[in-house]
Amino acid sequence: MAESPAGTVFPATWEYSPAPESLKVEVPGSTKLFIGGQWVDPHSRRRFPSINPATEASLSQIAEGDAHDVDAAVAAARRAFKPWSKLPASERAKYLYRIARRIQERARELAVLETMDGGKPIRESRDVDVPLAAQHFFHHAGWCDKLRYAVPGGNPRPLGVCAQVIPWNFPLLMAAWKLAPALACGNTVVLKPAETTSLTAIRLAEILQECELPPGVVNIVTGAGATGKALVEHAGVDKVAFTGSTEVGKLIAKACAARGTRLTLELGGKSPNIIFADAAIDQAIEGIVQGIWFNQGHVCCAGSRLFVEESVLAEVTRKLELRMASLRVGDPLDKNTDIGAINSKGQLATILGYIDAGQKEGCTVCQPGAQALPAKGFWCRPTFFTGVQPSHVVAREEIFGPVLAVMSFRTPEEAITRANNTPYGLAAGVWTDKGSKVFDVARRLQAGVVWCNTYNQFDATSPFGGFKESGFGREGGVHGLAGYLAE
Amino acid sequence: MGLPGTWPSDAARGAEERPMTDQRLPILKTWKLFMKGAYPRSESGRTLPLKDARGALVAHLSHATRKDFRDAVEAARAAFPAWSGATAYLRSQIVYRLAEMLEGRRADLAEAVRCTTGATKRAADDEVNASIDRTVSWAGWCDKYPMVLGSRNPVAGPYHNFSMPEPGGVCVCVHGVADAQPLLGFLSLVLPPFCAGNAVVAIANTRHPLGALLVAESAPTADIPAGALNVLTGDAHELAGWIAGHRDVDSVHAIAEPAIAGTLRLGSAENLKRVHVLPADEDFTDTDRWTNPRRLAPFVETKTIWHPSAT
Repeated sequence: MAESPAGTVFPATWEYSPAPESLKVEVPGSTKLFIGGQWVDPHSRRRFPSINPATEASLSQIAEGDAHDVDAAVAAARRAFKPWSKLPASERAKYLYRIARRIQERARELAVLETMDGGKPIRESRDVDVPLAAQHFFHHAGWCDKLRYAVPGGNPRPLGVCAQVIPWNFPLLMAAWKLAPALACGNTVVLKPAETTSLTAIRLAEILQECELPPGVVNIVTGAGATGKALVEHAGVDKVAFTGSTEVGKLIAKACAARGTRLTLELGGKSPNIIFADAAIDQAIEGIVQGIWFNQGHVCCAGSRLFVEESVLAEVTRKLELRMASLRVGDPLDKNTDIGAINSKGQLATILGYIDAGQKEGCTVCQPGAQALPAKGFWCRPTFFTGVQPSHVVAREEIFGPVLAVMSFRTPEEAITRANNTPYGLAAGVWTDKGSKVFDVARRLQAGVVWCNTYNQFDATSPFGGFKESGFGREGGVHGLAGYLAE
Repeated sequence: MGLPGTWPSDAARGAEERPMTDQRLPILKTWKLFMKGAYPRSESGRTLPLKDARGALVAHLSHATRKDFRDAVEAARAAFPAWSGATAYLRSQIVYRLAEMLEGRRADLAEAVRCTTGATKRAADDEVNASIDRTVSWAGWCDKYPMVLGSRNPVAGPYHNFSMPEPGGVCVCVHGVADAQPLLGFLSLVLPPFCAGNAVVAIANTRHPLGALLVAESAPTADIPAGALNVLTGDAHELAGWIAGHRDVDSVHAIAEPAIAGTLRLGSAENLKRVHVLPADEDFTDTDRWTNPRRLAPFVETKTIWHPSAT
């Protein structure tokens, strides 16, 4: 990196010109529930606002589903189950292929809508969320008629009606991630999107209609926590899949345990990212950025605990600070933006609470970047803490924001012990140019995904999911199918 | 043990037919727990009477307490790195060695099955044969399951990406209070997590624990490392809550009545243990089902590793 005398990468006067995404996407003033192939008003007639977190402007009034609506959706899924599961597998596949194609064809519209509703940079929704959503449908489409090769010695059969509850950090991608394997295995679904990000799920339902997916195979009931609770506790549900916080995951686990309902959980994390002195440091800096500031840190597998070998700690923090100063925070619809809006006012308060707690515990906060933040909307500059002890709250708890805890270590043993010293076990990163060290450390890290000399890579063929209290079951690849099949 | 006529149950059966002067007073054994490679009594000193199929007292059992269970989990946790870190070839040979040791104790094992279940000699022999054969079969999975359950994933980018199963840690196997197949059931519950590389704490069947206890007696001679396999006797109803609530247990494999199953499932939600509970009427004679590598899938975690393959 060429450093200017002022210590920043680029002179402060060297500004990017705005490069706003120009596509205008129509958003309906109010939404309905998608049940049995029909758009219906919620039983309660209640709706709640969904806003653009970058402008705080209201986007739409979202239908609030209640227990009555959940009943209707589960019943519709149950009616659809027999014909859907009896359909020749190669026919089922063709529906999924159609959906994948329509997502690709409407990619730009979906990306813009995702960014408006959730606040993530258009660069990410365009290059990551939407293409991966399409890939999940495309990949799983091909599994429909090959399931007997996916289960060694088994006789795979669908489970029935699946209740799926998804979070707000990757709304369309999580919907695809949940729906595609469930449908490929012959199940029917009731999906509940997160209350702050329902719009792309509703748009996806329109695509399902376009693709002539039989009524009731996918039902979408929007709402908040109470709607989700009614869904996961519904007696007519055969399987529950949840992505969200560990706290809520445990409540769902208890509810499912009482009824013996099948369950997969993809929960929280506090993932370690370990930089050895023999790593390619400049690449590692990019990996740290990709690890913690991707999607404003609203990533369950965010590399939020950085462990740096002591001999390169000064170099890494200096280069990190320099790199952070060049990250552009602001309008998510601008194609140059690196860090968009925090998803909601509540989440911003949580993040700021952690930044405050870190300072109170004696950590040193670092927030490079002098660019003015927009007047409206929810914003948080990329932040890291130094002087962090393992017992500090910013080193232990999932912040779900652009906040990194930097710590140092002296030996690989220490790095591994401290990396594993958490109830979570979702992901981990390791940076070194020594091949044997990469595989030794990867072997000993307790994490479902280990990124070596890279971070935050995802693919429909690659299983994702955690060890320990980060949940159980995998999503994606051949391993993800098991969660949607009876033996 | 091992010689005809020395089982207390045989002595009890023959008592009324023999003159008092001929009767050898049998030695009434108290079976001990198996923990960390040693055979301690319960720390509480508590025992339970063990009755044969006719209701006659044949032995006493150590009645494991919460503390005993916690000690066993500690032993298992300490043994986990060595057991999971041993080469798969070595684990395979050790489990095969267990089968060899059990083969040498066929008569004892058959008598152990017969004593409390009242099974016919033929049925007991059949169960022993099936049990040893099952052990041989699982010995072979140690170095093969990662191939069958792992994958190389063709991601759409310049990355080498593969998924491998690895043992989750400490697995507690609970053999409930069911009547059928005390030896075959015990081994069928223990072998899948154990061969995957988990350290196991096994709770023997409450009413029919002798087969499990003979396996425990054979374990050190098969070179099973101390703590990798621990066997407790006691009351499954009593232990279930402590098992479910233990924060350092990673998974539970059980065949159990609804009450025990419910306790295990509900309590395990607290630290998200992987719980695989089967109904009490499980048929362990189904060889295809019980030698399928999917039986160990609940006790392994899939780790996916990414590495760039382009510079």
